[in-house]
Amino acid sequence: MSDVLERPASSAPLDDGRLKIVGTRPIRPDGVDKVTGRALYGADLAMPGMLVGKVLRSPHPHARIVSIDTRKARALPGVKAIITGADFPELADEEYEAGESASNLRDLALNVMARDKALYNGHALAAVAATSSAVADEALSLIEVVYEVLPHVVAVEAAMADDAPVLHDKLFTGGLKEKPTKASNIAKRNEIKRGDLAAGFAEADVIFESRYDTAATHQGYIEPHACVASMASDGQCQVWSSSQGQFMIRTYCAKVLDIDASSIRVTPAEIGGGFGGKTTVYLEPLALALSRQSGAPVKMVMTRDEVFRASGPTSASVMTVRLGAKADGTLTAADVELKFQAGAFPGSPVGAASMTALACYDIPNFSIVGYDVVTNTPKVAAYRAPGAPISAFGVESAMDDLALTLGMDPIALREKNAVHDGTKASYGPTFRNIGYAETLEAIRSHPHYSAPLGPNQGRGVAVGFWFNVGGESTAAVNIAEDGTAMVITGNPDIGGSRASMAMMAAEVLGLPIEKVRPIVADTASIGFSMLTGGSRTTFAVGMAVTQAAQKIVEDLKRRAALLMDVSVDQVDWIYGAAVCTDVSKGKADLSLADLAAKSGQTGGPIGSQISLNAQGAGPGFGVHVCDVEVDPETGHVTILRYTAAQDVGKAIHPSYVEGQIQGGVAQGVGWALNEEYVFDTGGVMENAGFLDYRVPVASDLPMIDTVMVEVANPRHPFGAKGVGEVPIVPPLAAVANAVRGAIGKRMTSLPLSPPKIRAAIDAG
Amino acid sequence: MAQLDFIAPVSPEQAAAALLAGGAGARPLSGGTDLLVQLRSGRLPPGLIVDLKRIPEAIGIRQEAGGFVIGAATPGIALGEHAALTAAWPGVIEAANLIGSTQVQGRATMAGNLCNASPAADSVPALVAARATCLIVGPAGRRTAPVESIAVAPGRTSLAPGEFVLEIHLPARSARSADAYLRSIPRTEMDIAVVGVGVNLTLDADGVITDARVALGAVGPTVIVADAAAEALIGSKLDDAALARLDTAARAAATPISDKRGTADYRTKIAGVLARRAATIAYARAEKTA
Repeated sequence: MSDVLERPASSAPLDDGRLKIVGTRPIRPDGVDKVTGRALYGADLAMPGMLVGKVLRSPHPHARIVSIDTRKARALPGVKAIITGADFPELADEEYEAGESASNLRDLALNVMARDKALYNGHALAAVAATSSAVADEALSLIEVVYEVLPHVVAVEAAMADDAPVLHDKLFTGGLKEKPTKASNIAKRNEIKRGDLAAGFAEADVIFESRYDTAATHQGYIEPHACVASMASDGQCQVWSSSQGQFMIRTYCAKVLDIDASSIRVTPAEIGGGFGGKTTVYLEPLALALSRQSGAPVKMVMTRDEVFRASGPTSASVMTVRLGAKADGTLTAADVELKFQAGAFPGSPVGAASMTALACYDIPNFSIVGYDVVTNTPKVAAYRAPGAPISAFGVESAMDDLALTLGMDPIALREKNAVHDGTKASYGPTFRNIGYAETLEAIRSHPHYSAPLGPNQGRGVAVGFWFNVGGESTAAVNIAEDGTAMVITGNPDIGGSRASMAMMAAEVLGLPIEKVRPIVADTASIGFSMLTGGSRTTFAVGMAVTQAAQKIVEDLKRRAALLMDVSVDQVDWIYGAAVCTDVSKGKADLSLADLAAKSGQTGGPIGSQISLNAQGAGPGFGVHVCDVEVDPETGHVTILRYTAAQDVGKAIHPSYVEGQIQGGVAQGVGWALNEEYVFDTGGVMENAGFLDYRVPVASDLPMIDTVMVEVANPRHPFGAKGVGEVPIVPPLAAVANAVRGAIGKRMTSLPLSPPKIRAAIDAG
Repeated sequence: MAQLDFIAPVSPEQAAAALLAGGAGARPLSGGTDLLVQLRSGRLPPGLIVDLKRIPEAIGIRQEAGGFVIGAATPGIALGEHAALTAAWPGVIEAANLIGSTQVQGRATMAGNLCNASPAADSVPALVAARATCLIVGPAGRRTAPVESIAVAPGRTSLAPGEFVLEIHLPARSARSADAYLRSIPRTEMDIAVVGVGVNLTLDADGVITDARVALGAVGPTVIVADAAAEALIGSKLDDAALARLDTAARAAATPISDKRGTADYRTKIAGVLARRAATIAYARAEKTA
């Protein structure tokens, strides 16, 4: 079941209540290729003379690389190239902004290929290109590496200890008042404060405090990282790869290899899931370096084992949350501490986790302190609303216990403390045009919320917030000679963006959706766009598409005026045709097809391109309710019913908005119940495959009901807000709170796997 | 350079000769759902694959002497579609049909599940509880062995060089008998048993259990025949006291390890829980039989 709540008239500029295409559910333009298997993913491209590239990875979680001897491997017939860290330039220690997360280029390069030290089991040490997969495997076995094995550390708090093995001898904790003199695994301490914490707790009638921990989890995209790369003898490069941004691939390859961005043309393959995990590079620079050395195109495809051991999961964490409230539920103070595992290099999402932790609440006094901690585990990568689900697990679990302590309904407690338009957000700005109160109301009044529960069943509520972003974007719209249109953008289509881009263009142009063809272009064929991430594409790229289409409409009116021999202010664009507003002139309407056919008489080809930096992405709020049943003898949790409400601004294509919400919930349920990186005492991941890294299967989940709350974002032409990330924020806590209801005990450690729940029940 | 060879003999004797000649790197292939995964992952080096599917006796389900003969390469989907087999041995069939997905069921076989020698194999506890036997073919001829004698350690079997399982035999069913299999997995499908329990019961006209066999999977290096658990049931009508004795005996028989799939403590407790639940299902089924 899904609903769209009826809202008062939208304040979005182009939503006049008479939209013909935006808000409908046409078949997606990329659908046929995807369901018939014709769509080309990262591993699908083959070129004549192509070599197979493979990576030698560290078996140790922490080791000094004493020497790498490649001579025997080079002598093997069929081996065409071998590279190590020595084949890459040493990069400066500088931050580079690339969409949702900034990257330190030196760290990025060292993660792609180790230089002096292996920092995690799976860290790349060398790569080969050979004429076959078997030869490449044989060559890897012939590379001789001498290691000095070092003590390693995996757990976040162990890595923070004074006597922990230090990963980087030049890493000093940032964010402290005095610069430390001793290197540490704590890369950074960040803090957000407001008011007087001690006074806030002194005012409280009730104080609740608890400690929480979560395991490292992987995005679990179905498609492993894959690419083909070719560098010609003149240094011109071509890359075909599956990622969340072809321009991101271009930038990182150019930086890591020190070549001009304009010399690299990146063509995006179809992407088989990313969820933030494909916002960085692993294989592409290696494939280019191997191609440079061999003179042939090189294809590289990760195994699933490599995806788990060498691409970025999100952080494991340890948190404490302390909340103070008046007897009527008014929050007086909140103290949150977050310790996040960053993996081998700094850059956990603890900053975003800190900013989102209390973003749903209006609290006069609070402190949020975060620690970014390096560990001998794969460097974390972005994962759908990076950090927010983790801090929400702590805060929303604590809010649930606070509601129990106060004897309050969990929604009522959240409504009592909710942020509204005009509230200064915990992370700084003042909220405008948010639909949080409406979203809370949508769940409170939903039949699910008052449905009866049976024995061993429980109901949990949790809320979640995500910023959503805009950013640099380019779109072009070109009109063909028959009056049909192409919409060209530079963003891989992850969640149905081809459909939404085509729909917005079709709405403005007045064309049927079938007459608008959306294309995701390579980096040489369209201007720059930041990657697909941060829930930005429908908002920011959609704004560029809309403006490009509007520019064409203006041009069409000018052309029609020429042909009609009237002044341009006498021409209107109505449902795909130029209409002369002065009826007395008796001019026939000119359709887009008419104008396209005569474009030679009115100035030549019809097309436009818009490049912009979109600002004003509306933040998103989600409110989820989950029912579970727990088998008290086995500890198994069954998700009985799940309803997710979210402020989506305006659903451009409602089916794909619902799909995003359902997908976020499914991932969050997996995170809550069974997903975790399991390391042995030697620092090796024990479950690097989908058999023992347990993402939910279809039969684990009920139909996930969605309620789309539409409170328009006036900064977007049709009122859209980002929708893809918010829905993964509440589920961890919603499930845990439901389990609390079912078994009468609070589970503070994720995942809530059956052995843990049975042990908690047995503990009495 | 490593090389992978493949042959598909048409008689059991040719297959045995090929396996013997192939040495340690030779493997029989029935469904291949474990073998191919192990080859692809590099856990098993490439060698000789001897495909059993063209051997007539290796395919299909035959009723003989009141029991059933199941060819080694018969896929799970064919077992589930066989009405008489499913009626006689519902526990064995539900165990076999739990392996993998619908797609995997189109290939996966019970003989492969048995000879892969995983402690967590789903069909094996049910086959052991059923007192199933194997017809083994080898260079020295044919022999019959109980299924519980095949796996000797995780990944290792008692089969001699050149030997392979050609058929699985399920005995004739006496009246008022039935079996059941239950497993515990963190998810609802596509997973490996953390604990598996097969129970096979025979009742008299009054509903008193006259014969019982209980087999535990994934709580030891090989499937455990829990005789004390079976004895706890005999003479009872599966009342609460009998179930409690069964639970205690099943837990006592379990010798699990702690690993990424579950703790030893959890596995021990669940062995008791599943034994009770499987016995309850088997008992209800037996009461319904003529």
